[in-house]
Parts: sequence; structure tokens; C-alpha cells
Amino acid sequence: MSAVAFTGTSVMDIDAAKVRGAGSNVHFDKVSVAYGAHVVLHPLTLDIAPGEILAMIGPSGSGKTTALRAVAGFVRPASGRIRIGATDVTDLPPYERGLGMVVQNYALFPHMRVEDNVAFGLRAQGADKALIAERVKDALGTVGMSAFARRYPRELSGGQQQRVAIARALAVRPRVLLLDEPLSALDAQIRRNMVEEIARLHRSLPGLTILYVTHDQTEALTLADKIAIMRDGRVCSHGPTTELYRRPPNRFTAEFLGRANLLPVTVEEPVGSKGFATARHGDAVLTGAGRDEKAGDKSLLCIRPQHLSLTADSEHTNRIVGTLREVHWQGELTHLVLDVDGTPVRVSATKLPTALPEPGARVPLFFAPADTSLLPEDAGV
Amino acid sequence: MSEAVAIRAPAIRREPGKFWIVPPAALLALLFFYPLALIVRQAFLDDSGVANVAEIIRVLHSRFFLNALINTVTISVAATAGCLIVGLVLALILAFVPFPGSGFIARLIDTFIALPTFLVTLAFTFLYGSAGMLNTGLMEAFSLPLPPVDFLYSTWGVVLAEVTVYTPFILRPLLAAFSLVDRGQIEAASVLGARPFRIVRQVILPAAVPALIAGGSLCLLLTVNEFGIVLFIGAKGVITLPLLIYGKAIQESAYQVACIIAVVNIALSLGLFGLYRFAAGRLGV
Repeated sequence: MSAVAFTGTSVMDIDAAKVRGAGSNVHFDKVSVAYGAHVVLHPLTLDIAPGEILAMIGPSGSGKTTALRAVAGFVRPASGRIRIGATDVTDLPPYERGLGMVVQNYALFPHMRVEDNVAFGLRAQGADKALIAERVKDALGTVGMSAFARRYPRELSGGQQQRVAIARALAVRPRVLLLDEPLSALDAQIRRNMVEEIARLHRSLPGLTILYVTHDQTEALTLADKIAIMRDGRVCSHGPTTELYRRPPNRFTAEFLGRANLLPVTVEEPVGSKGFATARHGDAVLTGAGRDEKAGDKSLLCIRPQHLSLTADSEHTNRIVGTLREVHWQGELTHLVLDVDGTPVRVSATKLPTALPEPGARVPLFFAPADTSLLPEDAGV
Repeated sequence: MSEAVAIRAPAIRREPGKFWIVPPAALLALLFFYPLALIVRQAFLDDSGVANVAEIIRVLHSRFFLNALINTVTISVAATAGCLIVGLVLALILAFVPFPGSGFIARLIDTFIALPTFLVTLAFTFLYGSAGMLNTGLMEAFSLPLPPVDFLYSTWGVVLAEVTVYTPFILRPLLAAFSLVDRGQIEAASVLGARPFRIVRQVILPAAVPALIAGGSLCLLLTVNEFGIVLFIGAKGVITLPLLIYGKAIQESAYQVACIIAVVNIALSLGLFGLYRFAAGRLGV
């Protein structure tokens, strides 16, 4: 893959502003999709703001790709409406929706050179030759593929083909860019680079609304302003990325979006003015960020593995003790698995004490109340 | 180890199976090349076994031969073009327009390949012949004294019958090619603003070019050599090369003339086949 990073250009920036003005928000209004009696997307109401990246993530068959295909016009909703900007696009064919789309296998036209692939949409829309030449140059420059304009797709690597696919989608100045598992076919290293480059690309095109469908939580966490987590054809949770990660509203979200330790606790004191509740886990009295829990409620205290520490300090005021079961060294990180009163607890540590305890030893763990979140025991299980 | 050890010559490796070429080669020589050689030889010799090049020149300049050659080329080119158009439209519908029973229809069209060619002609006679359903119906409906539709007994009747019989030969490779077209490319083109006709022209057809060439060439070869349909329709004045060979050899016992025309027919077929291989090679089929 080329080492060239995406670089924003002036024409793209100017057009991005125009796109924002034209209204590029996406609105799902009770959109459902069914194949015969089988409902694959239950009534979905969701907004994607102009210039926002919304990542839809979820396991296979959760309905995320169906939702994207409904926006693209390849799936006819059984009920509900889809609006892009002020336009109701529910009944419009795909070629009249003003979108760009990038899919997992790139879907480049193999018999066309890179420049013709990028020019395809503009030619289809009847743009004049001078504009096509300018836009093609611009789009290829944006993805760092100008030097490959005369190549055929078969002469490019996977990462380069994906850049061309992105350039092709951007060249038509779409109102909304649909990305359907765009990096799944790439190997891990290239995927990491591409995620960073898409993030840079979006910074250079701030008006571009992106619906990003993936099953990879890292891509979603890196790129998305907001995340919608899908499960069994329904949105299980939706919100700003950091908020959803830090304060998952249910167990499924906590476990799907990153790794989570979920300690069963009983609430002793409800949420106070600072937003913290007190809860008991065995003998340990813990403080955690709560919502509307009442005293006596059974809850789960969510703590991310990287927020657990083997050493105490002024912030890490919560303390639990577990039995060390396993130690896995992975270079940058060391993963510990402990048993805390029958609940497996994972710790991801960058720094460890010089004398690492042996498996079987009782080990105290410390964590900050601000790094925790209480969530209902029965929600989303 | 002793230094007196003799250096053993490497054993001659026998290539097992190289003699298996003999039976098929002998069979080919006996059943194909020898009769072919006899035809070519007969083309140069008159009935008394004397070389007669003047007869070759006379036949190649004769009106009946030129008419048959023109008819053969016209019918085969028109029928192939018809097969390509009908086959392409049908394949596009069957492959890309979802409707219940499309698989059944595709298989039904396939069954035409299994049927003898004259059967379609017979069916056409019942439908469009002088005493066929269409003419009888029109004559009764409009009180006409004579059958109004008589295209079946013309060049176009032959072409129509050949299009009906040979379209599946185009349809099958096209459906195979279309099944390999990445649906993602079609969807990407559509999202980019391309309407269906542009998608067919710029995305689907380029992927189907090898199948079109392969199917079209096969169709051209088969229609150049078609005998049963032309004979069965019996259209006035529509004599093709195979029919002329039959007439000269069987009806007139003019074997040298028949063999001269047969050699031309063979050369035409091999030329078309060579053209197909050349085109296929250039396209990497």
C-alpha cells in the first residue's frame, strides 16, 4: 500500500461547506424492513446530523447493513420514511439520492482505469469534461492516488483499491457517504492506517455526513462522532461515542463496545449531587457513577480493564481483592485475569509492579469512581 | 567407502502413458481426417479421376454457388445478430430483474438445446405456415381468399427459426457471465447516479464481452452449417451451401461439384473458428 496519507484540498473544502448548506442530515422515521414475514429491521427512528459520522455496529444479522441499504435505496422499507436533508428519498431510486457508497470488496469497475472509475459518477450525471477532469484530479489528490490514475484496479493493492473507491464516491460530492464494512477486506496493519486516514479525510471534509457500518468496535470508536449499536434488528443503544463507551446504558453495549468487567453489586446509597452512588460487592463498598438507581437495586458496576490498577493512589479510591488466575504478556500490554468472588475480572496494564504476584496470590485492585458506570442488571442481557 | 565404486548411469525414466495418444489419433484419422482428405481430393478430380482445376474455377464463378454463399452468409450473420440481441435481452431480464420463476424459465429455454432443429421449424409451420393457425385465423376473421402471412417461406423465416433454435447457445454463456458480475459494482454505479441503461452498457456488458464472443461465434458456426431448418422450411430460392452440397451430391450425383462446395464450406467454418480463437485469445477468454 502506498504510504501517502489523505490530504484535503481547497476545492473539496469549498464544496464541503456547500454540502452542509444543502442539508445532509439523514433521518430514519420508523423505518422497518421485512423479507416476507421475517422482520430484519424493526421500526428505526434515528437522526444523523450534517457532517456527523455515525457508526452502526453490531453482530452479523443485527440489521446494520439493511439500514444502510435502505438509505442507499437497495432495500425498500416495509414502513416508515427516510429523509436526506429536506428530501424524502424513500421512493427515489438510488441514482437520484445524491449519495456515495464504498463497500467491503471495493466494487471498482475492472475494465476501467483508476481515473475512469473516479470519473464514472460525474459522467453519469452529465458533468462537462473540464469539471470531470478537475474533480478527478481533486479526488485522487485527496486520497493520495494521483500517481496511479492510469492504472487498472488489478494493478493496485487492496488498500490502494479502497482509496480509489473512496475517491470515486467523493468525486460526485455526495450529500451522504455510506461506508459498508469498507476495511474488512484489508489486513490488520493496513486497516489501522486506513482508519486514521479516513479520520483525517473527514477532518478535511467537515460537512460530509458519513454512515459507517462495521462490526469492528475499534473502527467505530476511532472514527465515529456517534455510535448506534444494533442487535436483532433493533437499536440497542445510541449516543456520542465517548459517552456510550464511558457510560454504557446496558450490558450488551458495555460488552460489545470494548471489553468490560461487570461486577454484580447492590446499591446502598442512590446517586448524590456529584452523580455517584454507593454500592456493595461482597465486603467491598464501592463508589460508582450512577443514573437513577435506588437503594437495594441489583446493578452491574462496569469497569474497563485498562482502568483497573494494581497500585493505589488518590484517585483510585475503590478497592476490590481477587485471586490472580492468569497472566498474558502482549508486549505493550499485560493482561491479568483475576477471580473476584466468582466473577472473572480482566486487567490491562501498561505498567506492572517489579515483583509480579504469582498465579493463586490474592491481589488488590484499585479504580476511580469516575471510571465506572452502574447499569441495570437485567437490561440488555 | 571404496573409490572403485562404479558410477551408475542414471536410469532412463520411462514416461508412462505417452502411447495413449495413439488410439484417439488413429480414431480421429479414420473417422475425420481421412474422409476430409477424400473430399478435398475429390474436389480436384473429375468423375474419371483426372485433375480438373477448370471445374473448380467454373463452380466458384457460377451463379448458383455465389447465390448459396451469399444466402449462407446473410442468414448466418442475421441469425447470429438476432440471437445476440434476443439472448442478451433475455439474459439481462433473467439475471437482473428479480421475478418468481426466472430459474424455471431459464431451464425451459435450455431445453431448446436438446430438441432437434427441425422440430421448431415444424412448430413454425403449424403456427405461421400457409395452413397454420395465424393464417387460418386471419383468413377467417377478415374473409381473405389467400393466406396473408407468408414470411416463413423466405430468408426471414429461416432466420427466425434459427434465432429461436440457437438463442439458448448465447443465453447460457451470458447467464454464466452475468452470475459472475459483482452486484456491488452495479450498486456502486447506481448510487453514483448511473441509470439502468448506462449500467448495462458500461458495467455489465464489458464483463459479458467474452461470453458474447464465445456464444456469437458458436452461433455463427452452427448457422453457417445449418441444414435441417433450411431443408424443412423449403423456402423458394433460399439455397445455402449445405443445401447445395446435398442437392449436387444426392440429387444430381455431381460429386466433384459437391466436394468443391464442401471444401469452401469447410474453409468458411474453419476461418470463422480461427477468427473466434484469435478474438478469444486477444480478450483472454
